[in-house]
Amino acid sequence: MPIDRAAVDHVARLARLDLSEQERRRMSDELGKILEHAERIQALALDGVEPTSHAVAIRNVMRPDEARPSLTQEEALSNAPVAEGGRFSVPRILEEEE
Amino acid sequence: MSMTATDLYETTVGLEIHVELATASKMFCGCPVTFGQEPNTRTCPVCLGLPGSLPVANERAVEHTMKIALALDCRIAEHSLFHRKNYFYPDMPKNYQISQYDLPLGYAGAVEITGGFGTTRVGITRVHLEEDTGKSIHVGGSGRIHDSHYSLEDFNRAGTPLVEIVTEPDIHSAEEARAFVNELRALLESLGVSDVRMEEGSLRVDANVSVRRAGETAHGVKVEVKNMNSVRSVGRALEYEQERQRKALESGERLIQETRHFDEKSGTTSSGRAKEVSSDYRYFAEPDLVPFEPTAEWIERIKSSLPELPAARRERFVAQYGLGSADVEVLTSTTSLADWFEAAAAAYKGEPKKVVNWIVADLFRLLNEAGIEVGAAKISPAQLARLVELVDSGAISGKQAKQVLGDMFATGNDPEAIAAERGMQQISDEGALDLVVAEVIEQNPGVADKVRGGNIGPLGFLVGQVMKKTKGQANPGLVNDLLRSKLVE
Repeated sequence: MPIDRAAVDHVARLARLDLSEQERRRMSDELGKILEHAERIQALALDGVEPTSHAVAIRNVMRPDEARPSLTQEEALSNAPVAEGGRFSVPRILEEEE
Repeated sequence: MSMTATDLYETTVGLEIHVELATASKMFCGCPVTFGQEPNTRTCPVCLGLPGSLPVANERAVEHTMKIALALDCRIAEHSLFHRKNYFYPDMPKNYQISQYDLPLGYAGAVEITGGFGTTRVGITRVHLEEDTGKSIHVGGSGRIHDSHYSLEDFNRAGTPLVEIVTEPDIHSAEEARAFVNELRALLESLGVSDVRMEEGSLRVDANVSVRRAGETAHGVKVEVKNMNSVRSVGRALEYEQERQRKALESGERLIQETRHFDEKSGTTSSGRAKEVSSDYRYFAEPDLVPFEPTAEWIERIKSSLPELPAARRERFVAQYGLGSADVEVLTSTTSLADWFEAAAAAYKGEPKKVVNWIVADLFRLLNEAGIEVGAAKISPAQLARLVELVDSGAISGKQAKQVLGDMFATGNDPEAIAAERGMQQISDEGALDLVVAEVIEQNPGVADKVRGGNIGPLGFLVGQVMKKTKGQANPGLVNDLLRSKLVE
């Protein structure tokens, strides 16, 4: 069952996606199927089954606290559309009040 | 007792404290953690969030977090996970922060604080590990975010290990909040896990504040107060905020759940106006970092590496040095001061309380005037001990000693040298003193016998007699040595 349009718009806004009308219809359908799948799993008798967050059984992976060379400022900023004074320049953060 | 406005209302406060850990490298990459570098010179593909890069957890940061959790009497999770907290903000290059969600490293702890309010147990909900953001500069308009034209981002700080400590809503006054932050700061300092400098942002405090009518069971409307940059600001901000909420309740005004910023200058809080981020974070387990399951041996090893914590140290100071609670409170306010006092007390032959008086009264005045911490002072603990001994022996008067202390503080020179230089003369001619020492022993046979019998206590009396005969000009150290060589050895 497709999820409602308001939910699609909400998720799209959180993910900063600008969807066309056609894409919104498709997402409504696909997200609905994903949720149905989750519901089917939830309906199973899974008492005593530990939740799995990772497919591998490895634990406690760490690296020693050692500093290594960083990128230069030029390298760090090389993909920045706009930079100023060694910093990334970004558009105004807060939108005008609605 | 009459009811006051204060009795009619109840304030409830929970604190959220962020602590930057003092590690050599960042949380998930090898970039150095340093202050004051040129912008964007401490970044790499991991902390810039470039595609294809993978985070690896910093072992020391994980252990520091476990130390903090254990010192706060928390339980260590058997199974702990990093989660992605998803939101868009320009100071966070990945568009998610690696944080912890429902499985923090530490949980269910408590800290006891004491003060004018009595003793309060503040529950610790959780201690978790995450990464810090970059820093923004807002350009145009007034230079504040609301009316700026654009912003500039420096990611040197992005990815610095950050521990978040969340308390239960067990705090009910500004005074308790201050006491808690002080206690936590002292505890973190003693652990050596952070610089704990509030002004520089390595310790950041946010407060959830609500006020309700006394006797009500439901909490009032929760307001989050941010931007408190010192322990004093925490107190001022909470006092202002509880008064604001009380007045609103009194006048029947409706309070709203919001974030308010404390303004240092005006001492008031103001609404954050525009909504900055969505609170729908869609947490999910960080797929690039495997779970943590600290073994019992690992936890035990960290537990046994914990230093003496401030609460235990305070108890020991009372028992070992016979000090009152007011002195102990002052001396243990920072680890470095407590260490300094202990070094001075160890070097000093008399009652530790005398050294305390010199520290709390005279040394503090000099430190305040110079605006430095005791660790940065030129005078050493052993030098202060010797200065007090000069006074004890009568070599110089207390008044002279204050002058000498001023010079010691300024130059770092020895008290004996300064006293001599200032013409507070001492006789250091062994031959001359030897005669006086012999005379004093002869005139005080009873006391001398006691010392011969192994009771060193009255030695000070004999030193004092020599000092008296020499009008305070004998070298007390030398007199001490001479008396000992005649009576003890």
